[in-house]
Amino acid sequence: MTAIRATNLSKRYGKTMAVTDLSFDVDPGRVTGFLGPNGAGKSTTMRMVLGLDHPSGGSVLVDGKPYQELRHPLRKVGALLDAKAVHGGRSARNHLLAIAQSNGIPAARVEEVLELVGLGNVAGRRVGGFSLGMSQRLGIAAALLGDPEILLFDEPVNGLDPDGILWIRTLMRGLAAEGRTVFVSSHLMSEMSQTADHLIVIGKGRLIADTSVPEFIGRSSQGYVLVRSPRLAEVAELVKVGELHTDHLRVTGVSPLEIGTMTARAGLPLEELTFVKPSLEAAYMELTKDSLEYTS
Amino acid sequence: MTDVLRSEWTKIRSVRSTLWTLATTVVLMLGVSALLSASVRSTADGPVPGEQAVIVSLQGASLAALAMAALGVLVISSEYRTGAIRTSLMAVPRRMSLLTGKIVVFTAVSLVVCLLASAGAIGVGLAIFQPASVEAGEVVRSALGSSLYLTACGLFGLGLGTLIRHTPGAIVSAIALILVLPPLTTQLPGEWGRTVSEHFTTNAGALIVSGQSTGSLGPWSGFAVYLVWVAAAMLAGAVLMRRRDA
Ligand SMILES: Nc1ncnc2c1ncn2[C@@H]1O[C@H](COP(=O)(O)OP(=O)(O)OP(=O)(O)O)[C@@H](O)[C@H]1O
Ligand SMILES: [Mg+2]
Repeated sequence: MTAIRATNLSKRYGKTMAVTDLSFDVDPGRVTGFLGPNGAGKSTTMRMVLGLDHPSGGSVLVDGKPYQELRHPLRKVGALLDAKAVHGGRSARNHLLAIAQSNGIPAARVEEVLELVGLGNVAGRRVGGFSLGMSQRLGIAAALLGDPEILLFDEPVNGLDPDGILWIRTLMRGLAAEGRTVFVSSHLMSEMSQTADHLIVIGKGRLIADTSVPEFIGRSSQGYVLVRSPRLAEVAELVKVGELHTDHLRVTGVSPLEIGTMTARAGLPLEELTFVKPSLEAAYMELTKDSLEYTS
Repeated sequence: MTDVLRSEWTKIRSVRSTLWTLATTVVLMLGVSALLSASVRSTADGPVPGEQAVIVSLQGASLAALAMAALGVLVISSEYRTGAIRTSLMAVPRRMSLLTGKIVVFTAVSLVVCLLASAGAIGVGLAIFQPASVEAGEVVRSALGSSLYLTACGLFGLGLGTLIRHTPGAIVSAIALILVLPPLTTQLPGEWGRTVSEHFTTNAGALIVSGQSTGSLGPWSGFAVYLVWVAAAMLAGAVLMRRRDA
């Protein structure tokens, strides 16, 4: 069964349409990247999944039910939305204990998750004094408390150092490998390309793509063949479809083998013949360029 | 529901603002009782009767009410201020269960602390006045009345905090409704004005502390009127809490 199902989901704040007619499924056993430029509606969508914001239209189900109908929801769903959204006066341990108790999770589990995220030795400290990295770890500890099958992370690597980023990436991959559902948002394609198996891309609140990572690259741009030759002009004339630059030719839609065969038959020498794969980043930029909320 | 109650108990006992507001309540109750009793005693012509002594010793309740209202406000508004309300609602998505949990835990904590503070204040007052006799029933009724009043003021704060969500806004509203506006309403003209004034928040609610009556209201009917005010704030807050985005 699909873990999260959004159907024609919409959200309006006053005059702003934050999310428009969005439908998608998030499935278990893989990391699903939720990608979109700033202001695309990622956080809004996640808040609707968790029953925090009421949809203006459509619906979203978690494990087949509206979130509000889950008994002990934290045993099914764990989420990290905003790591700094905690009462700064409480200790890490008491913060987690209050969350655990509300869902009938034993207190021993609090110590377990504190160790798991590496906060065991600061458990008694007030969370107001935590660095962003520590807060992020505390937020993840809270998400893991109920040992949930479904996990949502909203921009979990924002503000983290490379060590922290690697840690979260490894954690998410591990959770998905255990068969859990991992739904993680980011506005950076480069980040998602290293973590996600599947991508849901939105722009201006609308669905742009819902595909696997390789498919996403293939769909949006095809890559090109780079050709260099001492007799470049003749090669260009022969291939016809190329785009001639001063020192190279850029060909789309013709394979390197075809170009090589043609030039060999014509007796033209080649200096370089390379297939340039499109980057995920380039594919993403191309897809979302029409839906950027704020363009510099 | 017991899960929610345990969670709310952990929350309320693990922040300093709880300690501070409760300590302020106790200090105000005891301190005002000591100061006022001493001053009344020194200016009184003869011995002060027991009933009068008890009333004087509970005068701190009008200020302590603000400390309790502040705690009531903070129980919910601090979660909105920090954004922790989202974590709470993820854990307890039925919003009325969360609010009920906060109400029950706050009420229990408040009744216990305010009963002790009120009993202490009466003890201080009686020790200073040394009245010839005092009815035990009167002492118990007054201590109970005072703690019920203070708890109702705290719940008023909790209701306003739920409604307004913004700590300073809710605290200012609580001060206005509990302390500032009630005496001003006595300036309202005519029969109608007098009725409004009598029924206005703590004008009605505080009768249970002194055990006195004004016009049509006695201690218990006055307190019931005050509870209607508290319930109205709480209900408005609850309706908005259900409807609004967190
Ligand atoms: N509570 C709110 N009230 C009014 N407008 C809002 C609210 N929350 C979000 N919006 C608006 O809805 C749109 C989507 O915002 P959202 O925070 O969901 O985007 P996002 O994809 O998470 O962006 P980012 O990458 O910057 O986090 C934005 O235009 C934002 O200004
Ligand atoms: Mg966001």
